[in-house]
Amino acid sequence: MDVLSIEGVSKFYANHTALNRVSFNVPEGIVFGLLGPNGAGKTSLIRIINQITAPDEGQVLFRGNKLNISHIKEIGYLPEERGLYKKMQVFDQLLYFARLRGLDKATAIKTINEWLDKFEASTWKKKRIEELSKGMQQKIQFIITVLHDPKVIILDEPFTGFDPKNTQLIKDEIRSLKQKGASVILSTHRMESVEEICDEVVLINKSEVVTTGTVNDIRSTLKEDIFEMHYRGDVAPEDLQGIQILRSSKQGNETFVQFKYPENSRPDIQVFGGQHLQISLYREVIPSMQEVFIKLTETQHA
Amino acid sequence: MRKIPLVILREYLTRVKKKSFIIMTLLAPFLISGFYALMIWISINDNVGSSVKHMVVVDQSGIFGNDVKSNDKIDFHFSPNFSRDSLINSDYEGMIIVPEDYDIEQDLNLKYESQSSLSVKEIDVIQNAFSSVIRNTKLKKSGITQETLDSLKVNVAVQSSKIDSEGNSKTTNSIILTAVGIGSAFIIYIFIFLYGVQVMRGVIEEKTSRIVELMVSSVKPFELMMGKVIGIAAVGLTQLAIWGVLSTVLTLIITTVFGINQVDQSQLTEMQQAQTQVTPQVGEMIASIADLPIAKIFGLFLFFFIAGYLLYGAIFAAIGSAVDSETDTQQFMMPITLPLVFSLVISFSVVINDPNGALATWLSMIPFTSPIVMMARLPFDPPTWQIVTAVLSMIIGIVIAIAIAGKIYRTGILMYGKKPSYKELLKWLFYKN
Repeated sequence: MDVLSIEGVSKFYANHTALNRVSFNVPEGIVFGLLGPNGAGKTSLIRIINQITAPDEGQVLFRGNKLNISHIKEIGYLPEERGLYKKMQVFDQLLYFARLRGLDKATAIKTINEWLDKFEASTWKKKRIEELSKGMQQKIQFIITVLHDPKVIILDEPFTGFDPKNTQLIKDEIRSLKQKGASVILSTHRMESVEEICDEVVLINKSEVVTTGTVNDIRSTLKEDIFEMHYRGDVAPEDLQGIQILRSSKQGNETFVQFKYPENSRPDIQVFGGQHLQISLYREVIPSMQEVFIKLTETQHA
Repeated sequence: MRKIPLVILREYLTRVKKKSFIIMTLLAPFLISGFYALMIWISINDNVGSSVKHMVVVDQSGIFGNDVKSNDKIDFHFSPNFSRDSLINSDYEGMIIVPEDYDIEQDLNLKYESQSSLSVKEIDVIQNAFSSVIRNTKLKKSGITQETLDSLKVNVAVQSSKIDSEGNSKTTNSIILTAVGIGSAFIIYIFIFLYGVQVMRGVIEEKTSRIVELMVSSVKPFELMMGKVIGIAAVGLTQLAIWGVLSTVLTLIITTVFGINQVDQSQLTEMQQAQTQVTPQVGEMIASIADLPIAKIFGLFLFFFIAGYLLYGAIFAAIGSAVDSETDTQQFMMPITLPLVFSLVISFSVVINDPNGALATWLSMIPFTSPIVMMARLPFDPPTWQIVTAVLSMIIGIVIAIAIAGKIYRTGILMYGKKPSYKELLKWLFYKN
């Protein structure tokens, strides 16, 4: 079941088109990457999902129903540009946002205490935001995003400014939210994080969807049937039979080669049988998300 | 709209809990009543700060004799042979020298010698004292007796009464009416500025701290704006109420401490008598206050207080949303400052002199100026239809202002970077959501 369906959404501003007939689905219970270069239209889309603005064309469905005010409490949002009321105390601030998202007071207080305990932040309750370190403030912002137990959580560059320890904490939290059945929409430029935690992604460039699908599928579609291998033995790379060498290098008695199988032949490790090699590593080269991102956004530039 | 109360509550509580608010709110009544106490004290101890100056009059013409009358400012002593040398070692402040060859038919040129110079008030006192002697001498010369002279001195007081449609007359006192009108107009002026700017700052703070993105994903921009405007209005009303109650209580205490009762107030009146040369009857003044339609004035004051604030508060919010920092607000402040300052200046000049004139009448019905100008006019009892028109046009004005401000606000709060022009603000009005 798709928790969100973006159907032909367009958004026009005075001088440019921010989104042009964007369509994709976000399934329930996964981490969904929303990728694209700066200015691609991600923020416009996020604002539409959050009902901050409305689409000029198309619609957004939340579990099959047209997005409306009642869905505000189903969505959690951590904006890229995030701030807090500096003079307000931590607890008051959390309570305020929980209530704005539609939680009743008793439930809100209970949930806030649970989250503060979880983040080892219970002693901060009475502190004003301006007294907290940046990392602490970010934890509070994360709590604000999730404390009303939303079904969809939108995180816009959540790791910016976090130290490695807190980044790990947030990653773990994202996984545990997913396990509880929430869908996490993650907008980020850190492609290694995408490979690490995203199940599916959509790539938007110049206001349009370039591709959408699972991380593995997208990476596989761009693979070029290149393989690489480490081996020991006295055979020089150029003497290897049945393959076309692309690159090779030698370190000590270990040789590294990158190669293709000849056209019209199936990739088969058996070709090395009887060539007196000790293969220590053999794999297909699959482009990283970083490479996919650059390749797909470049093609469109051309 | 369900979330407006939450926003109002936050805006209200965060401000009311602030130390600066508590200090200001509690301290101001003490300052005001302290000022009041000082005024009473000065009026009781009449000569505080201005002791009687003793001056010696050297008159060798003999025309003035001992006739120049001393008063509470200057005590004249007469010594025809007093010399400059003896002045330095004497207690006299200075010496006034009448020319030896002075003739009563000529203009009098007095010389004043002293180690200090005269104040304008003192020159005035000396001129009056001498000219009245000359006048009296001349009048006597032409055959008018002292008795006739004495009988010429009369005090004229004007007691103004207002007659209602049933023919009953009510005593009115212009000084009191003016004080009530200008006082309430001024309070409204101050509060619009003080709290309007707070609205603007609040909006800018939300914008620059980037919390607004998170806010508008939970509440509609309009709810956020209205919550802020109303919440801060509540802060203003709270402050006004506390000031009102505390000032009243403290004034009562001070009045009791100084033992001011009906009898002692004659002293106050004496002071006013000296200043104005008229004799306003204490009873008349009290009657005038009692006769003012207190309930009506207070009710309309509350209306214009809130309405004026809402009208301008909405515009302040729109301005705050359009800019990135407070320094950028200058160019948009003009349209707010101008009508406000204008109405206050008009209230102080035109309205007081001609409360029912054309300018005052029109300005008291136009939404931007009416909160201040109508309050200044109100004690002079303007026709009911004008008050009703002012109230209705104010309500319409607020609705329009809030609608326009809401549109600018919802676009402005999410715009960063460039400083918008008026033309751009106009465009925002027609943006779709």
